[in-house]
Amino acid sequence: MSDPLLRIEKLGKRFGGFVALEDIDLDVAPGERLGLIGPNGSGKSTLVNCISGTLRNESGIVRFDGRVINGLPAYQRTRLGLARSFQLPRPFRSMTVRENLRIPLLYTVNARAGAHLGEAQIVARSDELLQLVGLEAKAERRPRDLTQIEMRKLELARAMAAEPKLLMADEAMAGLSHSEVDDILALLRKLVDQGITIILIEHIMRAVMSFSERLVVLVAGRKIADGPPQEVISNPEVERAYLGE
Amino acid sequence: MKTSTFWLLDALVIVVVFALSRLVTNDYFFFATYLVLQYIVLAEAWNILGGYTGYINFGTAGFFAIGAYTAVVLHKLIGPPIPVSILVGGTISGLLGLGMGYLTLRLRGVFFAISTLAMAVVLQTLVTNWDFVGGSRGVYIIRPSQAPFIGNYIQYLFLVMLVLAGFSIAVARTIEHSTLGFGLATIRDDEMSAEASGVPTLRLKLISTTLSGALMGMAGAPLPYYVTYLDPDSGFNLAFAVNSIAMPLIGGTQNWIGPMIGAIFLGTIQQVATVTISSALNLLIVGVLMVGFVVVAPNGIIGLFHRRAPRRQG
Amino acid sequence: MWDLLLNAIASGLLLGGFYAAVTVGIAISFGMLDIGNLAHPAFIILGSFTAYILNSKFGIDPIVAGIIVLPGFLVLGGLIYETYYWSFERRGEEGLRGLAFFFGLLFITEVALILIFGVDYRFVEAAYIGPSIHLGLVDLPLRMLVPCLVSLTMVAILQLFLSRTFIGRAILAVSQDSLALRLMAVNPTRVKLVAFSVSIATAALAGSCLIIIQPVEPSIGRDYIGRVFAVCVLGGMGSFPGMLMAAMLLGVVENITSTFFGPSWSPAVAFGFLLLTLGFRPTGIMGR
Repeated sequence: MSDPLLRIEKLGKRFGGFVALEDIDLDVAPGERLGLIGPNGSGKSTLVNCISGTLRNESGIVRFDGRVINGLPAYQRTRLGLARSFQLPRPFRSMTVRENLRIPLLYTVNARAGAHLGEAQIVARSDELLQLVGLEAKAERRPRDLTQIEMRKLELARAMAAEPKLLMADEAMAGLSHSEVDDILALLRKLVDQGITIILIEHIMRAVMSFSERLVVLVAGRKIADGPPQEVISNPEVERAYLGE
Repeated sequence: MKTSTFWLLDALVIVVVFALSRLVTNDYFFFATYLVLQYIVLAEAWNILGGYTGYINFGTAGFFAIGAYTAVVLHKLIGPPIPVSILVGGTISGLLGLGMGYLTLRLRGVFFAISTLAMAVVLQTLVTNWDFVGGSRGVYIIRPSQAPFIGNYIQYLFLVMLVLAGFSIAVARTIEHSTLGFGLATIRDDEMSAEASGVPTLRLKLISTTLSGALMGMAGAPLPYYVTYLDPDSGFNLAFAVNSIAMPLIGGTQNWIGPMIGAIFLGTIQQVATVTISSALNLLIVGVLMVGFVVVAPNGIIGLFHRRAPRRQG
Repeated sequence: MWDLLLNAIASGLLLGGFYAAVTVGIAISFGMLDIGNLAHPAFIILGSFTAYILNSKFGIDPIVAGIIVLPGFLVLGGLIYETYYWSFERRGEEGLRGLAFFFGLLFITEVALILIFGVDYRFVEAAYIGPSIHLGLVDLPLRMLVPCLVSLTMVAILQLFLSRTFIGRAILAVSQDSLALRLMAVNPTRVKLVAFSVSIATAALAGSCLIIIQPVEPSIGRDYIGRVFAVCVLGGMGSFPGMLMAAMLLGVVENITSTFFGPSWSPAVAFGFLLLTLGFRPTGIMGR
């Protein structure tokens, strides 16, 4: 197998006395569709935060695209191609939807060596993204005028605007209806077609099962399973974690 | 409007205002408007960190007074022309802003605000114990009898502050419409999200505190010549903090116009109150107006007149 | 030199006890409710002046005066919280505007006091202002001992209130998880209203203590902003035992600084403490 895009070795994170993550090892290959599941409080979001740089892990090494990214601030990781969407959407409330997309274009894409989008190209890219997620009609509105699913789409669009190599979608589908979930899944599949590696953190099992080619299970801060989805869910330990003893 | 056009217009306005002011013979006019102009600078400076970036600075007096005391030190050492004092004062206050930012910008909201106040108090204590600048007894500055070009020194001070006011407005507007300003707004809206979008938040915040501090220091540099007697209690007066917060809040924090309107509005009221009633009352007015506006009209005077328009390109 | 040091430490500890009373209001409003009430010191000064009026006009003992005006301060606290809630908390805009609101209140209170009372120092008269207890090398002035004891009593009563009564425990709960509280059918806003009112009420008694310890004039409040937040942060934000230790520490360091380096350095001590704490050992406040 060629070098993994993301390699995590023995990652650990504590909050005071509470051990949130312990000894996490994880490799993600380029183009892979990885599902990350686990009961509430198992540390999924903490793991995402440690990878994205929002939190600092105390132990372990995180490697992205060949380089060690421990200690790098979050914005630099985004610029390296590691993007994430937030579980609870965090748009910039004083700006329009279009302006929200402008920020990653200006501060991530344009900040990379070589790239330099002119004004016309920025507008064109924003238009492309807006069409991709279906938000063209609300381009000049503020986030407060968006519905739940539109906010989720904006959240994904912002992560996509950063032209990532790897995107971590943190519970992007929570609380959505059946067809809305399908909408988001379709969006994610389009990204996969563009060559983006995706880590999908989700509770909605049918979405995870249909999307992932590999499944990782986190329970109480530890990885207890890692493999093809069908195998993983029939693993007795995993069953116990979800159904209880 | 292009940024360069704005600067040109700004300079033009300064020239026009100054030319008109030459018609005035009453020195009191210049005394009073100097203060209002000074507050425009302080309000615009504060708003860069407060309104644009979302970090509330209670230590305005610290930066302002350091600018003033830098001028005092320079005056005692070599007696340079005011523009030199302004540049040096601004630089030192800017460095102070950088240093303070580096120490405190990791703190969230309230803690940052209190730290800025702490810094101002610590600075005041240091200055109070420094005899070279007069310590707690204060220092007397002799105003030169002749001013360059204009003759009348009071009018010269007025011109200096007029230029500074115009400069601060232009700087504020330039930031507002730039990529920097756009980035600052994301920090104000949601810092964590900004980082995730590639915004180097710490760096931008440091730029913000440095610029803000530098402008405040520049506003302080001419002060010793204006008041002719400077002591720590007046230089570090909390009124500067209150005013520099109240003015943008009352005028509007979203753009450069708000602080200017707030400064003119509140500054004029205070001048009138000081003359007609008492100077203590005018502070009461500031406090009441600030609380009133914050409760009733959160977007300030500007906000009362129109809804927020989408930002122009940045 | 030794008796100087011992006395500095002794009166520093007494002062520290008083600082705990000054801070307990902030420990509740800021440490537990996350409300940045910068105006708290101004209410303490207000408390000092109400004690002054009752004492000079009617000869009432200042501590008793403080207790008499407690209900008034409770109501004041309630009014302020209601305004704060309706204007800011409800809209989720506590940040900039909330702080400006309290800063404005601080200023208004101070200036109003100046306008009414002028800038002269005011003091109260009581039997225990003057005499001291002598323990070997150490003098314990009663004017510091009595407020210290009153302060510690008040803090102890509050601690009991928070841990033993229903509403007290609801306050502790709301500080940790207001959603859970709501799920238990207790209205968090009500609870916060009570808590905030109590926090302002403490200012009444703290103010009486202050004016016993030293003469008071309206702008002293500003010196206390630093002390109050320094003790609160150093004490771990809402933990009473921590707050007590922090208050004692501050009192002692301040006193020693004042005795050996002169009183003009005192204001910087608290703020310096605050900066150091925030910079190096913020213990749970960073990025909350």
